[in-house]
Amino acid sequence: MADKKKKLSIIVFSGDYDKAFAAFTIASGAAALDYEVNLFFTFFGLDIIKKKRGRHFLGKGFRARFFNFLLGGRSNLPLSRLNFAGLSPLLLGNLAKKRNVAGVDELIDASIKLGVNFYACETAGVILALQKDDFIPEVKKVIGIGSFLELQEGGTTLFI
Amino acid sequence: MTFVKTKFALSKLADGDILEVLLTAGEPLDNVPRSVREQGYKILSIEQIDAEVHKVTIKK
Repeated sequence: MADKKKKLSIIVFSGDYDKAFAAFTIASGAAALDYEVNLFFTFFGLDIIKKKRGRHFLGKGFRARFFNFLLGGRSNLPLSRLNFAGLSPLLLGNLAKKRNVAGVDELIDASIKLGVNFYACETAGVILALQKDDFIPEVKKVIGIGSFLELQEGGTTLFI
Repeated sequence: MTFVKTKFALSKLADGDILEVLLTAGEPLDNVPRSVREQGYKILSIEQIDAEVHKVTIKK
């Protein structure tokens, strides 16, 4: 019988720069070692996979559009601590580059190249009035918790 | 990420080609050769270049 592929699933709840860094470091590392990797983006995590990377009024309805504007998109991910109005993520990104360590964008690109599966949370999408077209094309599907539980079955699951 | 970069570099090579990777001592030097072997590639040599850096030669 052929060996079953090892599997890692990550619920990416946070939209913080440092936590996205952790999620994609683990995802790309596992995918490079031939794990099946599933990333389930929900709530603030959806900000990481929006097609429009900057601060945009997205979705339908004033409140959802304003909230998406406040979130800021992938270009404005804050640090979970010591954010200093967005100054620290820039500083951290520059430090990583100087020390030849990949930043979040490079880790996301690597994860895509290595075949990591991206899924967006349906419930959070409804609240933020976001649809599949609002996300990067690598997002395979918008799914609910039932489908995610099925996907992660038999593997290791992390919550970030 | 060091192994991820090594894997990308290997993917661009043909079977039998040689890849040289410079690694610092510690975790990268422990992890990359192990992962490379697990992926079915051959480590031809590991040579210390200076106090910190090692050259790992891999055959695809």
